[in-house]
Amino acid sequence: MSAVSTSRPMPPGSLAKSPRLSQWIRIEPEGTFCVFTGKVEIGQGILTALAQIAAEELGVSAGRVRMIAADTSVSPDEGVTSGSLSIQDSGTAIRRACAHARKLLIGRAATRLNVPVAGLHVEDGTVRSAGRSTTFWECADSTLFDCEVDENIALKSPGRYRIVGTPQARVDLPDKIAGRPRFIQDMVLPAMLHARVVRPSRGFTKLAGLDEGKLSLPGSAILVREGSFLGVLAEREETAIAAQRAVREGARWEDASPVPGDVHSWLKSHAVDHRIISEKADPTALERVGRTLSAAYAKPYIFHAPIGPSCAIAQVQGGKLLVWSHSQGIFNLRRDLALALGMHEDEVIVRHVEGSGCYGHNGADDAALDAALLARAAGGRPVRLQWMRDDEFAWAPCGPAMALELSASVDQAGKVVAWRHELWSNGHSSRPGRSEYPSLVAASHLPTPFPRPAAINMPLPAGAADRNAIPLYNFPNQRVVNHYVREMPVRTSALRSLGAYGNVFAIESFMDELAGVAETDPVAFRLRHLKDDRAQSVIEAVARQAAWAEWKPADGAGHGVAFAKYKNLGAYCAVVAEVEVGREVRVKRLVLAVDVGLIINPDGVRNQIEGGAIQSTSWTLKEQVKLDAHGIASLGWEDYPILTFSEVPAVEVELLDRPDLPAVGAGEAAQGPTAAAIANAVAHALGVRVRELPLTPERIISAIERQ
Amino acid sequence: MTETLRLSVNGIQREITAAPETPLLYALRNDLHLKGTRFGCGSGQCGACFVLIDGHAAPACDTPLWAVAGKAITTIEGLGEHTLSRAFVDEQAAQCGFCTSGILISAAALLGRNSKPTETEVRAALDRNLCRCGSHNRMVRAVLRAAQAER
Repeated sequence: MSAVSTSRPMPPGSLAKSPRLSQWIRIEPEGTFCVFTGKVEIGQGILTALAQIAAEELGVSAGRVRMIAADTSVSPDEGVTSGSLSIQDSGTAIRRACAHARKLLIGRAATRLNVPVAGLHVEDGTVRSAGRSTTFWECADSTLFDCEVDENIALKSPGRYRIVGTPQARVDLPDKIAGRPRFIQDMVLPAMLHARVVRPSRGFTKLAGLDEGKLSLPGSAILVREGSFLGVLAEREETAIAAQRAVREGARWEDASPVPGDVHSWLKSHAVDHRIISEKADPTALERVGRTLSAAYAKPYIFHAPIGPSCAIAQVQGGKLLVWSHSQGIFNLRRDLALALGMHEDEVIVRHVEGSGCYGHNGADDAALDAALLARAAGGRPVRLQWMRDDEFAWAPCGPAMALELSASVDQAGKVVAWRHELWSNGHSSRPGRSEYPSLVAASHLPTPFPRPAAINMPLPAGAADRNAIPLYNFPNQRVVNHYVREMPVRTSALRSLGAYGNVFAIESFMDELAGVAETDPVAFRLRHLKDDRAQSVIEAVARQAAWAEWKPADGAGHGVAFAKYKNLGAYCAVVAEVEVGREVRVKRLVLAVDVGLIINPDGVRNQIEGGAIQSTSWTLKEQVKLDAHGIASLGWEDYPILTFSEVPAVEVELLDRPDLPAVGAGEAAQGPTAAAIANAVAHALGVRVRELPLTPERIISAIERQ
Repeated sequence: MTETLRLSVNGIQREITAAPETPLLYALRNDLHLKGTRFGCGSGQCGACFVLIDGHAAPACDTPLWAVAGKAITTIEGLGEHTLSRAFVDEQAAQCGFCTSGILISAAALLGRNSKPTETEVRAALDRNLCRCGSHNRMVRAVLRAAQAER
């Protein structure tokens, strides 16, 4: 590597890309700090946690910190809010920026009071010395933070934390609970028009016909047409909806290629790249091979299914395009919007406004291009584009289907001596900003259509389809293969935890099957193969908390355990599930033990883990996108049931505090292990293994019949 | 055809000029600027748009304006500083908060007819509301806490 790259270590977190202190923090005369972040609130409570970090390092009360919503014209570019990385990326940068800012402010105060820094008493922004005082806000001027963040400034030691590590109420929840306007769906701009996009519910290649002369649009609605992209604009929202229906009835579309009937078999025969991502060989160990076991697992396409369908507002103003979006990556979105619309990036401003929970790459970015195209036809008036429920289900990307095959050999002592894991899947990311062409739906419907980029996988160690495919267990012989399928029968992209959900489901189900062969308790079997003491600690903690060893057998009841370290880089999470299996599976109780390193907001971590576990229970028991020959056939909640209040299990979370270890994200840690713990509990209850998700009554009956 | 329709919303008589078949949701959100009632599915299956109509939780997205003439409509804004809202904040009973309004409405309807619900009754009363973030248990605790506080 070049001398330049080695002469100076990479700055931590997002400081590498945004090194200026003024990019992160501004002081306001009324006694508050504005803190900037490129990460966005998607219901996970990140702005609350980042404000805690800022207040802690500045040494002021949490109420003095105001987090500024991301905006491409003022915020640091921190890429996408994904991968449970916001605490690492943004939190690390903000922590250092705030430590530097505090040092500068105290320096100024010392000069102003004409005393050495050592003689100052500083509390909540007020600086005192020998009866005289000043404040941070009196000392600051607009140039103070106009410098690079100094990474060598000492940080507050975690032992002195007063705000970080304490439960903080979310700053955004009082508005949301009171129903005050806060979501993008609630935004109103002067003279705003209502818009809907018009697409068939099935995949199409192009618009085959639309007789505009025969269309009878309600009220003042107007049709916007650009190639195969159709939309409607109206003064009133219900008129736009009626116009959408009318245009849908009058439009004819050329069908896309049919979708394969058996997706998992199809995936296995359409891989174009076969990559060995981990290989270990120990011939001596192979001499001990006793029994060998093989099993095939599968996960279906899963929807993000936000309760609020995607929405965007766009306006053309003075040669610029302004877009308000609930995208997870406003800079990447700006880049793809500019590409699709033939504009320069500096002519496009994207502002983040909170939306419904997103759970990964849903329709938010696509809706932004739809809104922009319609805004170009609105004569400078702002346009509010709202997707309907079927737009979201039919057109937002799905979490990819996966096929998995595992085999392993166990020796006489009950230890795994050889392990093989192969997976077949489409890519797990078609997010904007990463391809030669825009990844937004409407880009491939324009008069000069862009090719639709194939979903890709990010490289290991985080990985995507192969996220968590490499087991954390110590196996002397090991081979893990990722078979990448480029062609997409259904548009796929990142769904919370990406491939980790399918891989951990398979690995941890298979570990139980092997524990059965080894006639060993599943907890002991896992501990036997682990060297990582943090991994052992969460498994031991969950076994203790769930009273694993004191289980009392009952008819139809079972319990199961599972474990993963998210991405093999992040949070450690072990889960015990207790189920009752009758006509269907009822998850009665989930117990989780989690290690996220330093805990910023304990209640925030609990909320994310509880939510992740419950959402995973829903995926695992109920969720699969229905397909027919034309594509997605789940267009409403009746065709895509999710877990209801009465079906939600009791959830207990134990947090293992590690104040001296780096803080990592919590949002995606529970998904994989929860699925496997439930599947293991079902197998324990029935004596029959179900290897295809979701664990519906039909699947369970057919597994029993096959036995 | 548009008509002038009279509605009683949060105890106030309001006039709206719209087609009588217009879903109540759009009159509330766009004419009366009551944005707390959310659009979720448009077919009464998710509960995000629930309002109280004569005390019963009902979806505003597929209730036409003509059907609510003369009835008392209460939206999330009409609940005001309700014990339920305080309990939801105290329990931090939300993640994204998009479904929350509809859930508070269902809970208010429940507490209106049953001041001492059991946990099972609370869950059953909320089964018509979907939550995607997995905040269910916190919400159930919040409703039970509010019921306790009312006593």
